[in-house]
Amino acid sequence: MKIPDNLLYTKEHEWVLINGKKAKMGITDFAQEHLGDVTYVEPPDDNKAVKQFEMVTTIESVKAASDVYAPLSGKVTQFNSSLEASPELINKSPYEDGWIALIELSDESEKKNLMNKSQYEEYVTKLSTRE
Amino acid sequence: MKLIFEKSVAGRRGVTLPRPDVPKRAIIDGKYTRKDAAPLPEVSELDVVRHFTNLSRRNFSVDTNFYPLGSCTMKYNPKFTEAIAGFPGFTELHPLTSHLGQAAMLVQGALEVLYYIEQLLAEITGMKEMTTEPLAGAHGELTGIMLIAAYHRDKGNKKRFVIVPDSSHGTNPATAAIAGYEIISVPTGKNGCMDMESYKAKLGKEVAAVMLTCPNTLGIFNTDIKEVAELAHRYDALMYYDGANLNAMLGKCRPGDVGFDVVHLNLHKTFSTPHGGGGPGAGPVGVSGKLVDYLPVPKVVRNDNGTYALSEKKPKSIGRIAPFYGNFAVLLKAYAYIMLLGREGLITASERAVLNANYCLAKLKDVYELPFERTCMHEFVISASRQLKHGIRAIDIAKFLIDRDIHPPTVYFPLIVKEALMVEPTETETKETLDRFVEVMREAAKLAEDDPEILKNAPTNMPVSRLDEARAARELNCSHI
Repeated sequence: MKIPDNLLYTKEHEWVLINGKKAKMGITDFAQEHLGDVTYVEPPDDNKAVKQFEMVTTIESVKAASDVYAPLSGKVTQFNSSLEASPELINKSPYEDGWIALIELSDESEKKNLMNKSQYEEYVTKLSTRE
Repeated sequence: MKLIFEKSVAGRRGVTLPRPDVPKRAIIDGKYTRKDAAPLPEVSELDVVRHFTNLSRRNFSVDTNFYPLGSCTMKYNPKFTEAIAGFPGFTELHPLTSHLGQAAMLVQGALEVLYYIEQLLAEITGMKEMTTEPLAGAHGELTGIMLIAAYHRDKGNKKRFVIVPDSSHGTNPATAAIAGYEIISVPTGKNGCMDMESYKAKLGKEVAAVMLTCPNTLGIFNTDIKEVAELAHRYDALMYYDGANLNAMLGKCRPGDVGFDVVHLNLHKTFSTPHGGGGPGAGPVGVSGKLVDYLPVPKVVRNDNGTYALSEKKPKSIGRIAPFYGNFAVLLKAYAYIMLLGREGLITASERAVLNANYCLAKLKDVYELPFERTCMHEFVISASRQLKHGIRAIDIAKFLIDRDIHPPTVYFPLIVKEALMVEPTETETKETLDRFVEVMREAAKLAEDDPEILKNAPTNMPVSRLDEARAARELNCSHI
C-alpha cells in the first residue's frame, strides 16, 4: 500500500497536499482498496464551504456509498471533473489522477490535527491488525 | 435467452380482435395521439407463454431455494395467508367506501381487521398506539421521525441532531437527514454494540432522537439498552426502534418496555409477506404515550355500539402520509399469521430463528473469522478476512454459493466489518437445509486455500457468468431500444 511522504492524512483516510493557501485532496490507497471499484463521485456544489472533518462529498462503489470528509476548512474551488466520466481513476491513481477537489483554506493552523506519513502508516497498521 | 423483442416477427399476432361494431369517435384530441404504431413485440400467444414461463424458471426465490440474506428475514411465508388475502370479500372492496359516511357499514370486516392488527402489533411491541398507514419500512421510518419532529416542535424544543450507531441500516441516517436533522454517528465498541463512552460524550440537549436497531446488524442484542434510553430521555431525546430485526424478539422483549418511543415494523419481514421481489410491504409505526397525539390520520376507531369507522379527529396529527389506509392485503396477511401462530407460536418462531442462526455460527466459526465473539440472535456476521490471504473476497464466496443453489448472504454489510458475510437462516428452515449450507460454506473455505480459481470464476452453471458490477454501475443502460 502506497503512502506518499509529502501528504497529510485524516483518520477517515483522506489525503491533502497543502500549497500555501491552497490544498488538493483525495482519498488514500487504503480507502480505495477497501471501497472496491468506485462507480460514482458526486460533484460538490461550486464554492461549497466546508469545515474540517465535515462531509464534502460522497463516493459510491460496488460495495457502499461513503462520505468523504474535508481534511481542512475552507471553500471548494474545483472538482476533478475527469472523475465524472472515469470514477475508476480513484482506484487506479488515488494520489494523482484520482484527486477529488481543490480547497481554498481558511485556517492553515488546522494542519496540526492531521497525521504525517509515519503516523498514518502506524494508524493503518493498527487498523489492519485489529481486523 | 433472447429478449421478447428479439423474438418479434412483423405481422405475427397472438390474438385476432373482432372488428369494432361501434362508430369510431375521437375522444382524445389528435395532438395527443400516437402517429406511428407502438413498437410492441409481434409474437404468438405460445411465444409469450414460453417466454415468460422460461423466465420465471430462472427466478430465485424462497419457494425454490435457501435464502439466508442477512437483515432481510427471507423466511417462508405460509400460503394460507395468501388464500385469505385473496378472499373476494376483501379484494372486491373499494378503498374509498370506508370514507363515505354510512357506507362504512359495508366494510366493517375490513375495518375490524385494521383495528385488531393495530391492537395486536401494539401488544407485541409494547407501544401505546399504532398507525398501519406507512407502505414500507423506510416510509415507516420517515413517519416515525416526523412524529418525533412534531413532538419537539409542539414542546418548543430546539433540536438539531439524530444519533445513529455506525452499524445501522443506511436508511436510518438517510431518514433523519431527509427529515432535516444532522447525523451524529457513534462507533461500535468491543462488545459489538454502540460504544457507551462515545455515546455519552455525544449526547446533549440538541439531540432529537437516538435511532437503534435491536438486535443490531451484527445480530447482537444491546444489553445496555435501558441505560441508553434513560440517558436519552434526560435530554428529552426520543428513542427510535428500527424493527428490521424484530424476528429475534417476539414475545421475549418489547421495545416499549425498555424505553423506546417509536417503533417501525417491517410486516414483510417478520409477519408473513413475501419480500425482496419489489412487491408491496408495510411499515406500521407504534408510539409511546408521548407521541399518540401526532399520529397520522385517519385512525380506525371503534364506536360505542361496536361498529368501526375512520376518524380524522386529531388536531395535532402530522396528517395523511399515504393514500387510503396502507397496504391492506399485507396488513391482512399479518393479521392472519399472528392469529394462526398465537402467542406461543410467535415465541417459538423467534426461538427457532435464534437457534438456527447460532447453530450455523457454531458450525462455521472455526473456518471464518468472527469479528465479535458473542452468542448471536437471529443472524450473525462473519468475515472472509482469513480467505482474503488467498486472494478470496466475500463476493467470491457469495458467487460460489449461487453455483450451489443457495442465495448468498448479505455481503459488505454492516460496513464496519471487513469482507462481511451476514447470514440470517430464519426459523422456517430444517436442520438438513442448514447442514447443507454449512457444508457448502466449509467447502468454500477449503477451496480458498486449495483451489481459489474455482471461487474466482464462480458462478459457472447459471444462465450468465460473473457480471461486471463496476461496469454495470458506471455505464447505466437499462433500455432495450
